Amino acid sequence: MKLVLDAEQEDLRAAVRKFLSDKAPSERVRAVMDGGPEEGPGHDPAVWSGLAAQGVLGLVVPEELGGAGAGHVERAVVAEELGRALTPVPFLASAVLATDALLALDDDAARTELLPRLAAGELVGTVAVAERGGAWDRTGGATTATERDGRWELTGTKTPVLAGDTADVVLVVARTPDGPGWFAVDAGADGLTRTRLNGLDPTRRVARLEFDATPARRLAATDATAAVDLVADLAAVALAAEQTGVLARAMELTVDYAKVRVQFGRPIGSYQAVKHGCADMYSAWEHAVSVVRYAAWTADQDRAELPVAASLAQTYLGPAAFTTATGMVQYHGGVGYTWEHDAHLYYKRAKSAEQLLGPPSAHRARLADRLGV
Amino acid sequence: MTAVDETENAATQDYRSALRAWLGAHAPGPVAGPTPEEHLRRAREFQAALYDAGYSGITWPKEVGGQGLGQAEQQVFADEAAAFDLPLYPFMIGMGMCGPTIVDLGTTEQRERYLPPLLRGEEIWCQLFSEPGAGSDVASLQARAVLDGDRWVVNGQKVWTTNAQFADYGALLARTDPDRPKHAGLTMFIVDMHAPGVTVRPLKDMSGRAPFNEVYFDDVEIPAQNVIGEVGRGWQAAVTMLGHERVSIGGRGKAKSNPLEFARLVELARRTGADRDPGARERLAELYAHERALELFNARMRQEATAGRPPGARGSVAKLAGALQLRRAIEVAGELAGADAVAWDPDDERGTELAIAINAAPSSSIAGGTNEIQRGIIGERILGLPKEPQVDRDVPFRELAVGTQRREGDR
Repeated sequence: MKLVLDAEQEDLRAAVRKFLSDKAPSERVRAVMDGGPEEGPGHDPAVWSGLAAQGVLGLVVPEELGGAGAGHVERAVVAEELGRALTPVPFLASAVLATDALLALDDDAARTELLPRLAAGELVGTVAVAERGGAWDRTGGATTATERDGRWELTGTKTPVLAGDTADVVLVVARTPDGPGWFAVDAGADGLTRTRLNGLDPTRRVARLEFDATPARRLAATDATAAVDLVADLAAVALAAEQTGVLARAMELTVDYAKVRVQFGRPIGSYQAVKHGCADMYSAWEHAVSVVRYAAWTADQDRAELPVAASLAQTYLGPAAFTTATGMVQYHGGVGYTWEHDAHLYYKRAKSAEQLLGPPSAHRARLADRLGV
Repeated sequence: MTAVDETENAATQDYRSALRAWLGAHAPGPVAGPTPEEHLRRAREFQAALYDAGYSGITWPKEVGGQGLGQAEQQVFADEAAAFDLPLYPFMIGMGMCGPTIVDLGTTEQRERYLPPLLRGEEIWCQLFSEPGAGSDVASLQARAVLDGDRWVVNGQKVWTTNAQFADYGALLARTDPDRPKHAGLTMFIVDMHAPGVTVRPLKDMSGRAPFNEVYFDDVEIPAQNVIGEVGRGWQAAVTMLGHERVSIGGRGKAKSNPLEFARLVELARRTGADRDPGARERLAELYAHERALELFNARMRQEATAGRPPGARGSVAKLAGALQLRRAIEVAGELAGADAVAWDPDDERGTELAIAINAAPSSSIAGGTNEIQRGIIGERILGLPKEPQVDRDVPFRELAVGTQRREGDR
């Protein structure tokens, strides 16, 4: 296994970090959060186009389909940077979930039609699997697909759906008479109601989608259930990378503050109570980086190990990132509890990320299953 | 077992397979209840066999009798050794700490005299730093060495001395100048543990075993040529040695017989039926996640070291995480074992083994630098956080209240 980035991957990191600090600094994130220049909270189309121009939306997409032909390690690097900067873009929805689903399924026509446009940022895609309660039901849940005169229609409700109200195309898992199936639904389809939800994390866009005999296109899948599992595992890895970025930035800002904030005549970082807390944050970060590099490496090189690695990544990262973000608020004291300071944004991102693919207990239970306990 | 590392080059892989074959053929099998003497004899024999086969002093330079290889080969040895219960313990301090320090700082005469017998398993070493009054703050130690002609005369007490009961030599840190600040007045010596005036007493720890000792020095004479490094530069010598300690603790393989190993705990869960309890399963998964994360961090540090970035103070992260992991493991073990961890039949070895593991766990949070010291190192050396105000740094040692010494007017 390879746990160290090569020079090219480090260059990618530096380029994305520079782009985000130039085009999507904290002020910009907050402007989008507070109502947005055009699209409303949690989505910044201008930064999204900029990322597309950087060529980082199709890192796992083969070159012949308009992607970069790189891999999951590279995508994890980008996700980490987006997490650090809390960038309000549908990366997880479009460059991770929708992209991975199309690659996991066996529909050449859909791939050829959609992947180049997703990679170019012309279309935003997302995946709708979860239903009420947020669990990823591999059977399609209570959403049904029926075939009428050779055309498929979906009926049911999916929630929460990342970027659900801003996506151009939604890939839905629904129950068919012959088991679970994958479907593509256009944003403007008849009988589709999209409701933007209020999110715990104001930098992430989430919606509920209601389908009422909504026309859908069935996507060819050899094993629709295996595809759900694979998409969930790859998302677990990418989300863990994002959480590592959140953890890293929360730690850095806390350490910087502990060096300059003076109380009782000396910097608070000189007191063991604070210093040791910062040391624990650093330790968590070193472990997180190692886990995420490994998990991303399995996604590229060792798919047999991916299920354990993906569950490991979520089991470790969820609590680690949230604990660190909590420490960030705590060590900033009163100022950390204000709206004006960014600490609450890291806190909210870390908490919502910890729950996004199921609660921590579900990740632990899945890890136990996968370890054969 | 150890996953194949794709960064491992062909030469390292060859080294691994040759070592694996050699260990398979030469590693001593388990002996039921060996006496300490028997254990020591087997350890000496095995160390000599390692030397003959070219596996002793892997990273030591060739001119002192070592193999002249790198950390990669040392790590391969640790990986492969983990599959066996090798009797390396009596030589751990000598090979891991004292020897490498003599390699770094010793005179030609010292290297020629002391290193070959150590490599061949003929002489055993211990390290004499800690005192009852000087633990985390080891620079405040009081053992006193006074120059008398061409020899030093030592008086004082050391504690927590591993292997002193059968050691032939010790690396002793003593105060040679109490008029200078605490770090500046120290000197490191090679002391003959069989010299008149050296008394070794076993110190029983909370697990009921006595792997440590108290060592008393009463007018013990040390020849002047036994100074390691320079007089007054004992602290620098100690830092060199502690750097080797961190490497040898961090790089230590996992003993196969550890009842707190994840696979053993899963076995325990199956035996007690806890594997059907969702809460217990989650705790096992969480334990695995932390254990695996630490393994991956260690693996990443090794890959970075190979790429030219030495671990430095980040070794403290691994040390701290290992200690916390052990605490987590005994919590889970208790959860799984239930009342079996409270009382067991006298002939139930698993019960005894688990009790010893539970009782020995606090040691890893203290030995080799407490968790608090590790967090301080991480905070100050890695994160650059400011130090606490230091009240004793530039004060002559004799004016400090340390150990049994009191400032005038304090009494």
